[in-house]
Amino acid sequence: MTWDASLLWQFDLLILPMVIICAIAALSFKDLVSCAVISGAFSFLMCLLWTEMLAVDVAFTEAAVGAGVSTVLLLGTALHVKRKSKD
Amino acid sequence: MEDLLAYIISRYNYWAAIILLLIGLYGMIAKNNLLKKVIGMTIFQAAIILFYVSIGDKRGATIPILAHGHDGAHQAVEAAAYANPLPHVLMLTAIVVGVSTLGVALAILQKIYRVHGTIEEDEILETIDQ
Repeated sequence: MTWDASLLWQFDLLILPMVIICAIAALSFKDLVSCAVISGAFSFLMCLLWTEMLAVDVAFTEAAVGAGVSTVLLLGTALHVKRKSKD
Repeated sequence: MEDLLAYIISRYNYWAAIILLLIGLYGMIAKNNLLKKVIGMTIFQAAIILFYVSIGDKRGATIPILAHGHDGAHQAVEAAAYANPLPHVLMLTAIVVGVSTLGVALAILQKIYRVHGTIEEDEILETIDQ
């Protein structure tokens, strides 16, 4: 629990609000394909955050698996089921 | 008082992790659409991974790859110069488990859609009651 603001805190302050905005947007759009694409953008921003926090192995796994495979799975499901959501 | 304030503000990564945890929890509980519940679960997982990777970060450190290779194996390794790789390894496993969880959840979701014709929770409950 010794984490303190890192040297690249400018990147932190740029990326963290974008991550939170993407998380809110991924849950609030009514079009499910938009939700899937926004959650892919969320994964990519998390990947940038982990590169900046010196966890390069986590970052490239997230880029390949989180932003790649997860987005494809979510998009496939969103196109297969009824596309409009009620909330 | 100002010391306490600076202490709280300088740990903004933990605050971001808490906010993302709450957003994911809200998505899992309050959203009616099953796909949005699954997206909330992925946000929840990302928040937990953010918390753990934040613990491994150090001020003034570099990525955890030894600067001198196998020839310099007798030299002492300065641990303060490298980020802690243990949380990274644990979270690498968590990401892979998260993707397999997502795959199973979406497979079940497509089966539910095939049986009930909808993925809205209240409409599924209505068709079960009939």
